[in-house]
Amino acid sequence: MLNTAPEPSRLAEAEERQRQESQLIARILAGESQLFHELIRPYERSVYMIVLSMVKDAADAEDAAQEAFLRAYTKLAGFRAEAKFSTWLISIAVNEARSRLRRRKTERTESLDDDSDDHATVSPAVLTDWREVPSQLVERHEVRAILQQAVAALPPIYREVFVLRDVDELSVNETAEALAISVPSVKVRLHRARLMLQRELAPQLQGMVKPEKRRFLWF
Amino acid sequence: MVLNCKHVWEHISEYLDDSLEEALREEVQRHLDHCEVCSAVLDSTRNILVLTGDDRTFSLPLGFSERLHRRLDDEMQRSLHG
Repeated sequence: MLNTAPEPSRLAEAEERQRQESQLIARILAGESQLFHELIRPYERSVYMIVLSMVKDAADAEDAAQEAFLRAYTKLAGFRAEAKFSTWLISIAVNEARSRLRRRKTERTESLDDDSDDHATVSPAVLTDWREVPSQLVERHEVRAILQQAVAALPPIYREVFVLRDVDELSVNETAEALAISVPSVKVRLHRARLMLQRELAPQLQGMVKPEKRRFLWF
Repeated sequence: MVLNCKHVWEHISEYLDDSLEEALREEVQRHLDHCEVCSAVLDSTRNILVLTGDDRTFSLPLGFSERLHRRLDDEMQRSLHG
Protein backbone atom coordinates (compact mmCIF):
# COMPACT_ATOMS: atom_id res chain seq x y z
CA MET A 1 0.00 0.00 0.00
CA LEU A 2 1.54 3.29 -1.00
CA ASN A 3 1.11 6.80 0.31
CA THR A 4 -1.14 5.63 3.05
CA ALA A 5 -1.79 8.84 4.93
CA PRO A 6 -5.47 8.17 5.65
CA GLU A 7 -7.84 10.45 3.81
CA PRO A 8 -10.82 11.65 5.87
CA SER A 9 -13.27 9.48 3.88
CA ARG A 10 -11.11 6.38 4.33
CA LEU A 11 -10.73 7.13 8.01
CA ALA A 12 -14.48 7.48 8.42
CA GLU A 13 -14.96 4.22 6.50
CA ALA A 14 -12.47 2.43 8.77
CA GLU A 15 -14.17 3.80 11.89
CA GLU A 16 -17.56 2.71 10.62
CA ARG A 17 -16.22 -0.76 9.87
CA GLN A 18 -14.73 -1.01 13.35
CA ARG A 19 -18.02 0.08 14.87
CA GLN A 20 -19.92 -2.55 12.88
CA GLU A 21 -17.40 -5.21 13.85
CA SER A 22 -17.75 -4.35 17.54
CA GLN A 23 -21.52 -4.77 17.22
CA LEU A 24 -21.11 -8.09 15.42
CA ILE A 25 -18.69 -9.34 18.07
CA ALA A 26 -21.10 -8.39 20.84
CA ARG A 27 -23.94 -10.28 19.11
CA ILE A 28 -21.77 -13.35 18.49
CA LEU A 29 -20.76 -13.43 22.15
CA ALA A 30 -24.42 -13.07 23.10
CA GLY A 31 -25.21 -16.29 21.22
CA GLU A 32 -25.62 -15.45 17.53
CA SER A 33 -22.62 -17.55 16.60
CA GLN A 34 -23.54 -17.73 12.89
CA LEU A 35 -22.56 -14.07 12.56
CA PHE A 36 -18.94 -15.14 12.93
CA HIS A 37 -19.02 -16.10 9.24
CA GLU A 38 -19.85 -12.52 8.35
CA LEU A 39 -17.24 -11.10 10.71
CA ILE A 40 -14.31 -12.96 9.17
CA ARG A 41 -15.30 -12.87 5.48
CA PRO A 42 -13.27 -9.69 4.69
CA TYR A 43 -10.11 -11.24 6.14
CA GLU A 44 -10.00 -14.66 4.50
CA ARG A 45 -7.43 -13.62 1.92
CA SER A 46 -5.19 -11.72 4.37
CA VAL A 47 -5.05 -14.63 6.80
CA TYR A 48 -4.38 -17.17 4.05
CA MET A 49 -1.64 -15.02 2.45
CA ILE A 50 0.32 -14.48 5.64
CA VAL A 51 0.25 -18.15 6.64
CA LEU A 52 1.10 -19.24 3.08
CA SER A 53 4.06 -16.88 3.02
CA MET A 54 5.30 -18.45 6.24
CA VAL A 55 4.60 -22.18 5.83
CA LYS A 56 5.10 -22.13 2.04
CA ASP A 57 2.82 -25.07 1.33
CA ALA A 58 -0.68 -24.52 0.00
CA ALA A 59 -2.38 -27.45 1.80
CA ASP A 60 -0.66 -26.71 5.11
CA ALA A 61 -1.47 -23.01 4.72
CA GLU A 62 -5.16 -23.74 4.19
CA ASP A 63 -5.26 -25.93 7.27
CA ALA A 64 -3.34 -23.34 9.31
CA ALA A 65 -5.70 -20.59 8.15
CA GLN A 66 -8.74 -22.67 9.16
CA GLU A 67 -7.17 -23.35 12.55
CA ALA A 68 -6.49 -19.64 13.02
CA PHE A 69 -10.14 -18.76 12.31
CA LEU A 70 -11.33 -21.49 14.67
CA ARG A 71 -8.98 -20.25 17.36
CA ALA A 72 -10.26 -16.72 16.86
CA TYR A 73 -13.81 -18.04 17.30
CA THR A 74 -13.03 -19.83 20.55
CA LYS A 75 -10.97 -16.92 21.89
CA LEU A 76 -13.35 -14.18 20.78
CA ALA A 77 -14.45 -13.41 24.34
CA GLY A 78 -10.83 -12.47 25.08
CA PHE A 79 -10.71 -9.89 22.28
CA ARG A 80 -10.22 -6.39 23.60
CA ALA A 81 -11.96 -3.62 21.69
CA GLU A 82 -9.00 -1.25 21.89
CA ALA A 83 -7.23 -3.45 19.31
CA LYS A 84 -8.38 -3.77 15.72
CA PHE A 85 -10.09 -7.09 15.06
CA SER A 86 -8.09 -7.59 11.84
CA THR A 87 -4.73 -7.11 13.61
CA TRP A 88 -5.78 -9.43 16.43
CA LEU A 89 -6.92 -12.07 13.94
CA ILE A 90 -3.73 -11.84 11.89
CA SER A 91 -1.54 -12.14 14.96
CA ILE A 92 -3.39 -15.40 15.78
CA ALA A 93 -2.65 -16.58 12.22
CA VAL A 94 1.03 -15.60 12.54
CA ASN A 95 1.30 -17.57 15.80
CA GLU A 96 -0.39 -20.58 14.23
CA ALA A 97 2.06 -20.53 11.31
CA ARG A 98 5.04 -20.07 13.64
CA SER A 99 4.04 -23.00 15.82
CA ARG A 100 3.64 -25.20 12.72
CA LEU A 101 7.09 -24.22 11.52
CA ARG A 102 8.54 -25.09 14.92
CA ARG A 103 6.80 -28.47 14.84
CA ARG A 104 7.93 -29.14 11.32
CA LYS A 105 11.51 -28.04 11.84
CA THR A 106 12.29 -28.60 8.22
CA GLU A 107 13.50 -25.15 7.43
CA ARG A 108 16.81 -25.50 9.17
CA THR A 109 18.42 -22.71 7.25
CA GLU A 110 15.60 -20.34 8.14
CA SER A 111 15.93 -19.81 11.86
CA LEU A 112 12.57 -18.87 13.33
CA ASP A 113 14.03 -17.08 16.27
CA ASP A 114 16.60 -15.16 14.31
CA ASP A 115 15.49 -11.65 14.94
CA SER A 116 18.78 -10.04 14.03
CA ASP A 117 18.58 -8.01 10.89
CA ASP A 118 21.42 -8.40 8.49
CA HIS A 119 22.95 -4.96 8.23
CA ALA A 120 24.33 -5.37 4.74
CA THR A 121 22.99 -2.69 2.44
CA VAL A 122 20.63 -3.86 -0.27
CA SER A 123 21.26 -2.16 -3.58
CA PRO A 124 18.57 -2.00 -6.23
CA ALA A 125 18.92 -3.02 -9.86
CA VAL A 126 20.24 0.04 -11.61
CA LEU A 127 18.13 0.88 -14.61
CA THR A 128 17.60 3.88 -16.73
CA ASP A 129 14.61 4.45 -18.92
CA TRP A 130 12.15 2.40 -16.86
CA ARG A 131 9.27 1.45 -19.07
CA GLU A 132 6.10 1.14 -17.05
CA VAL A 133 4.71 -2.37 -16.72
CA PRO A 134 0.97 -2.28 -17.31
CA SER A 135 -1.07 -3.88 -14.56
CA GLN A 136 -2.84 -6.02 -17.18
CA LEU A 137 0.38 -8.00 -17.28
CA VAL A 138 -0.81 -9.68 -14.05
CA GLU A 139 -3.41 -11.50 -16.15
CA ARG A 140 -0.57 -13.55 -17.61
CA HIS A 141 0.07 -16.71 -15.65
CA GLU A 142 3.86 -16.54 -16.06
CA VAL A 143 3.94 -12.99 -14.67
CA ARG A 144 1.99 -14.02 -11.57
CA ALA A 145 4.35 -16.98 -11.16
CA ILE A 146 7.43 -14.72 -11.36
CA LEU A 147 5.97 -12.35 -8.76
CA GLN A 148 4.96 -15.19 -6.42
CA GLN A 149 8.37 -16.87 -6.69
CA ALA A 150 10.22 -13.63 -5.98
CA VAL A 151 8.17 -13.01 -2.82
CA ALA A 152 8.56 -16.65 -1.73
CA ALA A 153 12.34 -16.36 -2.18
CA LEU A 154 12.67 -13.46 0.27
CA PRO A 155 14.31 -14.34 3.61
CA PRO A 156 11.50 -15.17 6.10
CA ILE A 157 11.83 -12.08 8.33
CA TYR A 158 11.54 -9.84 5.29
CA ARG A 159 8.84 -11.92 3.61
CA GLU A 160 6.40 -11.80 6.52
CA VAL A 161 6.73 -8.03 6.86
CA PHE A 162 6.35 -7.53 3.12
CA VAL A 163 3.22 -9.70 2.89
CA LEU A 164 1.49 -8.02 5.82
CA ARG A 165 2.31 -4.53 4.62
CA ASP A 166 2.21 -4.72 0.82
CA VAL A 167 -0.09 -7.67 0.12
CA ASP A 168 -2.44 -7.63 3.13
CA GLU A 169 -2.20 -3.83 3.30
CA LEU A 170 -1.73 -3.45 7.04
CA SER A 171 -0.17 -0.20 8.28
CA VAL A 172 3.40 -0.18 9.61
CA ASN A 173 2.06 -0.06 13.19
CA GLU A 174 -0.39 -2.91 12.62
CA THR A 175 2.36 -5.00 11.01
CA ALA A 176 4.57 -4.42 14.05
CA GLU A 177 1.72 -5.41 16.38
CA ALA A 178 0.79 -8.54 14.41
CA LEU A 179 4.39 -9.79 14.35
CA ALA A 180 5.24 -8.56 17.87
CA ILE A 181 8.26 -6.61 16.60
CA SER A 182 9.18 -2.92 16.78
CA VAL A 183 8.08 -0.27 14.28
CA PRO A 184 11.71 0.54 13.27
CA SER A 185 12.27 -3.19 12.57
CA VAL A 186 9.22 -3.23 10.31
CA LYS A 187 10.53 -0.22 8.40
CA VAL A 188 14.02 -1.66 7.94
CA ARG A 189 12.74 -5.07 6.86
CA LEU A 190 10.15 -3.61 4.56
CA HIS A 191 12.75 -1.40 2.89
CA ARG A 192 15.07 -4.33 2.30
CA ALA A 193 12.26 -6.57 1.05
CA ARG A 194 11.13 -3.96 -1.44
CA LEU A 195 14.64 -3.34 -2.78
CA MET A 196 15.33 -7.08 -3.01
CA LEU A 197 12.16 -7.47 -5.05
CA GLN A 198 13.07 -4.53 -7.25
CA ARG A 199 16.51 -6.02 -7.86
CA GLU A 200 15.06 -9.42 -8.70
CA LEU A 201 11.97 -8.39 -10.62
CA ALA A 202 12.68 -5.13 -12.43
CA PRO A 203 15.05 -6.61 -15.03
CA GLN A 204 12.72 -9.59 -15.63
CA LEU A 205 9.57 -7.51 -15.94
CA GLN A 206 11.26 -4.95 -18.12
CA GLY A 207 12.08 -7.73 -20.55
CA MET A 208 8.42 -8.75 -20.72
CA VAL A 209 7.14 -5.42 -21.94
CA LYS A 210 7.14 -5.11 -25.67
CA PRO A 211 8.99 -2.01 -26.81
CA GLU A 212 6.90 0.48 -28.72
CA LYS A 213 7.04 0.03 -32.44
CA ARG A 214 9.56 2.31 -34.02
CA ARG A 215 7.96 4.69 -36.39
CA PHE A 216 10.78 4.71 -38.84
CA LEU A 217 12.84 1.83 -39.98
CA TRP A 218 16.11 2.78 -41.54
CA PHE A 219 16.99 -0.60 -42.91
CA MET B 1 23.35 18.41 2.41
CA VAL B 2 23.53 16.95 -1.09
CA LEU B 3 22.40 13.37 -1.32
CA ASN B 4 24.11 10.89 -3.58
CA CYS B 5 22.34 7.94 -5.24
CA LYS B 6 23.11 5.46 -2.46
CA HIS B 7 21.64 7.80 0.15
CA VAL B 8 18.52 8.15 -1.93
CA TRP B 9 18.13 4.37 -2.27
CA GLU B 10 18.13 4.12 1.54
CA HIS B 11 15.03 6.29 1.62
CA ILE B 12 13.09 4.83 -1.33
CA SER B 13 10.73 2.78 0.82
CA GLU B 14 9.77 5.62 3.16
CA TYR B 15 9.53 8.00 0.22
CA LEU B 16 6.98 5.66 -1.35
CA ASP B 17 5.05 5.49 1.92
CA ASP B 18 5.18 9.28 2.19
CA SER B 19 6.62 8.93 5.68
CA LEU B 20 9.89 10.90 5.30
CA GLU B 21 10.38 14.08 7.26
CA GLU B 22 9.65 17.13 5.18
CA ALA B 23 13.27 18.39 4.87
CA LEU B 24 14.60 14.97 3.88
CA ARG B 25 11.76 14.42 1.48
CA GLU B 26 12.63 17.65 -0.28
CA GLU B 27 16.29 16.60 -0.57
CA VAL B 28 15.28 13.25 -2.03
CA GLN B 29 12.88 14.97 -4.41
CA ARG B 30 15.59 17.39 -5.56
CA HIS B 31 17.86 14.44 -6.36
CA LEU B 32 15.10 12.52 -8.13
CA ASP B 33 14.29 15.52 -10.30
CA HIS B 34 17.63 15.31 -12.07
CA CYS B 35 18.77 11.70 -11.58
CA GLU B 36 17.56 9.32 -14.26
CA VAL B 37 18.88 6.23 -12.46
CA CYS B 38 17.16 6.96 -9.13
CA SER B 39 13.93 7.94 -10.88
CA ALA B 40 13.96 4.57 -12.67
CA VAL B 41 14.68 2.76 -9.38
CA LEU B 42 11.79 4.58 -7.73
CA ASP B 43 9.36 3.98 -10.61
CA SER B 44 10.27 0.33 -10.94
CA THR B 45 9.91 -0.26 -7.18
CA ARG B 46 6.55 1.49 -7.13
CA ASN B 47 5.40 -0.49 -10.13
CA ILE B 48 6.44 -3.80 -8.58
CA LEU B 49 4.45 -2.95 -5.45
CA VAL B 50 1.41 -2.24 -7.59
CA LEU B 51 1.79 -5.67 -9.21
CA THR B 52 2.43 -7.60 -5.98
CA GLY B 53 -0.48 -5.74 -4.33
CA ASP B 54 -2.85 -6.69 -7.14
CA ASP B 55 -5.53 -9.13 -5.91
CA ARG B 56 -4.94 -11.31 -8.96
CA THR B 57 -1.28 -11.93 -8.07
CA PHE B 58 -2.03 -13.70 -4.81
CA SER B 59 -5.49 -15.22 -4.89
CA LEU B 60 -7.25 -17.71 -2.65
CA PRO B 61 -7.33 -21.35 -3.78
CA LEU B 62 -10.56 -22.42 -5.46
CA GLY B 63 -13.17 -23.47 -2.89
CA PHE B 64 -11.16 -22.08 0.06
CA SER B 65 -14.05 -20.06 1.41
CA GLU B 66 -16.60 -22.89 1.18
CA ARG B 67 -14.29 -25.35 2.94
CA LEU B 68 -13.49 -22.82 5.67
CA HIS B 69 -17.11 -21.98 6.45
CA ARG B 70 -18.12 -25.65 6.38
CA ARG B 71 -15.43 -26.45 8.93
CA LEU B 72 -16.48 -23.52 11.09
CA ASP B 73 -20.08 -24.74 10.97
CA ASP B 74 -18.99 -28.23 12.00
CA GLU B 75 -17.02 -26.87 14.94
CA MET B 76 -19.87 -24.59 16.02
CA GLN B 77 -22.27 -27.53 15.96
CA ARG B 78 -19.82 -29.65 17.94
CA SER B 79 -19.30 -26.99 20.60
CA LEU B 80 -23.07 -26.56 20.82
CA HIS B 81 -23.68 -30.26 21.43
CA GLY B 82 -20.39 -31.16 23.05
